[in-house]
Amino acid sequence: MKFRANLLIGGALFGLVVIAGLFAPLLAHTDPVMGANLMNAELPPDTEFWFGTDAQGRDIYSRVLHGARISLTVGIVSQLINTVIGVCLGLSAGYWGGWWDDFVSGLTNLMLAIPSLIFALAIMAILNPGLTSLLIALGLTNWSFTCRLARASALSLKSQGYVQAAKVLGYSDVRIMLTQLLPNMLGPIIVIGTLGMGGAVLAEASLSFLGLGIRPPYPSWGSMLSDARDQITTAPWISIFPGLAIFVTVLGLNLLGDGLRDILDPQSRTRRA
Amino acid sequence: MTEVNQDTILKVEDLAVHFPVGGGLLGGPRRFVHAVDGVDLELKRGECLGLVGESGCGKSTLALSILGLQKPTRGRIVVNGHDIADDSVGRMTRARTTQMVFQDPYSSLNPRQTVRKTLEAPLRLHGFNAKSEIDDRIVDMLRHVGLRADVAKRFPHEFSGGQRQRIGIARALILRPQIVVLDEPVSALDVSIRAQIINLLLELKETLSLSYIMISHDLGVVEHMSDKVAVMYLGRIVETGNWKTIFSTPRHPYTRALIEAIPDPFKQSRGMKIVGEIPNPLNPPAGCGFNPRCPEARDLCRVPPTPDLEAIGADHLVRCRRVHEISAGKLTAP
Repeated sequence: MKFRANLLIGGALFGLVVIAGLFAPLLAHTDPVMGANLMNAELPPDTEFWFGTDAQGRDIYSRVLHGARISLTVGIVSQLINTVIGVCLGLSAGYWGGWWDDFVSGLTNLMLAIPSLIFALAIMAILNPGLTSLLIALGLTNWSFTCRLARASALSLKSQGYVQAAKVLGYSDVRIMLTQLLPNMLGPIIVIGTLGMGGAVLAEASLSFLGLGIRPPYPSWGSMLSDARDQITTAPWISIFPGLAIFVTVLGLNLLGDGLRDILDPQSRTRRA
Repeated sequence: MTEVNQDTILKVEDLAVHFPVGGGLLGGPRRFVHAVDGVDLELKRGECLGLVGESGCGKSTLALSILGLQKPTRGRIVVNGHDIADDSVGRMTRARTTQMVFQDPYSSLNPRQTVRKTLEAPLRLHGFNAKSEIDDRIVDMLRHVGLRADVAKRFPHEFSGGQRQRIGIARALILRPQIVVLDEPVSALDVSIRAQIINLLLELKETLSLSYIMISHDLGVVEHMSDKVAVMYLGRIVETGNWKTIFSTPRHPYTRALIEAIPDPFKQSRGMKIVGEIPNPLNPPAGCGFNPRCPEARDLCRVPPTPDLEAIGADHLVRCRRVHEISAGKLTAP
């Protein structure tokens, strides 16, 4: 098998974040919320506090580890919601066509015309800040690309002979979509989903930075960056490490998405005779 | 009008499929393409009816209507005495009566399903639940189409074109239908494989007592397989009859030209050729639809209405105003 650098590096980086998130309670040195001790405020990185401490004296290393849990939850769950919405709408619109297709395409174009972060901001402003609202806000605002992709795939696949054959065999429309169309469009949808996860992690950080996401004292990377704004010249480590965590996660997810695309793209796959 | 003959399995009466074109906000006037325009057909039990015509003549639309995939604008499709053109006959009933073999064996099999899955899913859908019965049916069907039972766990990309077409045939027959529509079943295959598949289809027709409607533009294949032939042009049947009659004494100039076009290394071409394109079905010519391309066309051919199908022999119908002159040998072309 060919060596695939982006898949390997992306997988490793993302795997690192997943391990950090999963085992955060074991790996962390102190409690991320309650571990405040003003005596230790703004200490630079050393052997005890690997990433230094923040203005409240909390261990940044422990908070970054726990932040991974929030980022991963937001990335995975909101992207799952987006994918389900996008696939349901796009697949049915492409397959059925007609007024439903017009409606879904119009809705998709509307969603693409509104900057999704602004839209998520508006939803967050209505709901109470918190993890659940964040998942809803990000889960409802980023399905348009998945929807377009699913619609285009359904349009091209529905004229294939095996879809016609399924109709002739008496399959219902929903069964045709689930058993004949969906498995054949899954590759690109997984790729878009993975790339979108990186976007969701960034969006969570942005919303939390703006104070409309995860509220302090819970350790979200975005809210940590927001807290660190004032000390960015005097204690740069407070902002560097959460920023680095965002960077590593998003880079890992993007490389992973690229790598998956290379594998799942039928044109790069060698055809067995 | 529909007295049901015991031998008749399928009867198509005055079937028409019109597609709207244009219309809407800025689409200009709404017009209709008459893809199929008043077709009558009869398929007898155990027969193979060859449906012949060039691309765009409406033969595929006709087949889709018979399969229930295209709702007809008017007319009746009677299978075993039941009109299946109305919606009360569900997909499921139709699926157990009429099935289809597709032209392209590469796009007609789901690349993500094994052969077993391809054959098993329709059985489960139609109420077969016992594993032993499903297994028996699949093995039995694979044997019928000349494949070993162990191919069932393989994926379509592991097979050649001919083998894929055998799987496609197995899928069409797994529900034991009575009528099978063959849409150009061999035209996508290598010439060396064609004869095998044709012989397989003929063999299956006998062993499983099937009736075929075969769509083709390859008259060589039609000649070999069909009992009856219907020639379509611009959505209408222009000549129909037994294959022997059609191939030995074709009367319609279009049929004559099609038969002339069969390559034969031992025969000098007599120069009967069709020139030009099939007319725009949105704006069909007045009178006989074939008149702009017909070497025998006279002024009377260009006068509306469209000529009727005229019986000129036992089971031999021709839609041509000059059929008697042509039969008498008064031809322009040598």
